[in-house]
Amino acid sequence: MAVGEAKTYKIPIGPVHVGLKEPITTWLEVDGERIVDIKVRPGAIHRGIEFMARERNPIQVIYLAERICGICSFAHIESFVRAVEDAASISVPKRAQYIRTIMLELERVHSHILWAGVACYTFGYDSAFNLGLLLREKVMDVLEAMSGNRVNYGVGTIGGVRRDITPEVAAALEDLIDYYRREFAAFYEVATEDPITKARMRHVGTLPPEDAVRYCAVGPTARASGLRVDLRWSSPYEAYADIEVTPIVPQDYMGEVYGDVFDRFLVRVLEVYQSLDIIEKALLGLPKGPLMAEPKLPKLLALLKAADGVGWSSIEAPRGDDAHVIKLTKGDENVTWWKVRAPTYANIVSWPIMFRGQEIADAPLIVNSIDPCISCMERALVVDKKSGSSEVLTKEELLKRSREKTRRLMGR
Amino acid sequence: MLNRMTLQILKQVVEKPFTNLFPVPHMPDNLGEVLKAAAEGRVQINPPVEVPKHFRGKIAYDKGKCIGCRLCTRVCPANAITYIPEEKKVMVHVDRCCFCAQCTEICPVQCLWMTEEFLISSYDRKAQVVVDSGKKAEEVPQVERIPSEAQRVETSAPEAASS
Repeated sequence: MAVGEAKTYKIPIGPVHVGLKEPITTWLEVDGERIVDIKVRPGAIHRGIEFMARERNPIQVIYLAERICGICSFAHIESFVRAVEDAASISVPKRAQYIRTIMLELERVHSHILWAGVACYTFGYDSAFNLGLLLREKVMDVLEAMSGNRVNYGVGTIGGVRRDITPEVAAALEDLIDYYRREFAAFYEVATEDPITKARMRHVGTLPPEDAVRYCAVGPTARASGLRVDLRWSSPYEAYADIEVTPIVPQDYMGEVYGDVFDRFLVRVLEVYQSLDIIEKALLGLPKGPLMAEPKLPKLLALLKAADGVGWSSIEAPRGDDAHVIKLTKGDENVTWWKVRAPTYANIVSWPIMFRGQEIADAPLIVNSIDPCISCMERALVVDKKSGSSEVLTKEELLKRSREKTRRLMGR
Repeated sequence: MLNRMTLQILKQVVEKPFTNLFPVPHMPDNLGEVLKAAAEGRVQINPPVEVPKHFRGKIAYDKGKCIGCRLCTRVCPANAITYIPEEKKVMVHVDRCCFCAQCTEICPVQCLWMTEEFLISSYDRKAQVVVDSGKKAEEVPQVERIPSEAQRVETSAPEAASS
């Protein structure tokens, strides 16, 4: 930077590249290596799912809701069917509620382990990344044994669940709990002991508690800022009313709260252990009984056609609160309207606070820390305002910068 | 530097692999050649693992048993089942199917069911339409997956070689 001349660069990250899950543009305004300000411009992947739902009946929309997200597909189903059950006043059998709880927790384990692995990958800790993916394989196997698929399980339905926990699945679940309690400790120690991990994540992307409240952060992002927010605790649904869940906040474990990427890592790692406890308790107290309130589907369709009113539901998805609101009209088989509010959008609003004063090399880590889709960063363009030249910054380039910083910290 | 990660890596050296075995131990230089060789029996490759118990594969349809009640078309999320009014029967477009198995649950006479077939991509769109797959008792025979894969490669290999 020339002396006495204030010049900043603008770096847009995103929005569209092949292989994207969640395209979003972030314009980074940088002064040298420091990020001065950022602007978030979402809206590149509006698929019109809610509009598509208007020509389908609620049973068909279950599978549409499942495809909103690939990782938290059961969380979306769960929230959707709870909204429909609210609108049509259907009560769910107890056994189905417990099975839903177990599915939600399995999905949380899967999501958090994958996230923790990918976070390690962004700053060049590849051995921890591979360890994360190895650990994730176990929960995928159990989900496959229970539902038949590794993603998009198709387990939930209106008024119950479609798959039972058979003795074989229960044995697989017990095996899973033992496996993670034994093997996940390595990951926990990565989070708390490794000096390089600490150097890369501590004081990076800080979100103070008051800002987390002001910008409505949800889920693990809010909990990492020290806020005790967890819908499983504050407004229990399904079997969470029987199982005690307390929000995991860093101050309970580390004594103090920073609200940085390290705290988000810690909260997610600790939540995996919490999920294991919940699965164990739910499995122990699994009541006997039917799986569905109305097993005859034509009858269920008639019931939904007669239903009238607005139903809503809000649940704790792996990334935060996931809310669905639905309107059913009497005499109309199809959904009248449906609104989904996914957690990522609420968390993205806090990005500017996290980015200010950070380095470009930390950008991949901060973007990743709220658990959106990292592949948004496949392509970035650097525009030098003065000379008018531009160059394309690829994801590889950003990753390289991130990894160079790790090497610098390691003194190599 | 002996930390937890180092111990974990040392442990993994002696442990057997967690994932399923790959068809061949190392990525070959020419995949088409290896598949061709496997089809001719010159190379032994690890067979694919069995599908899980509740696996939802390609849909099968017993046309003779169908009563034409159209319930399946009402619950299909992907509109993959179309009704043929002349015959009072349905046909299933597997290329649109999202494998949710909802139609097999609602069918009052169980004339729809999910098979274990999963390698169903082809160059022919008509191959993706299930019109009739016979009775369930004499189930659709398991396709020999690897040879069919090899055949597919064989047909496209000359093009790849020339380009």
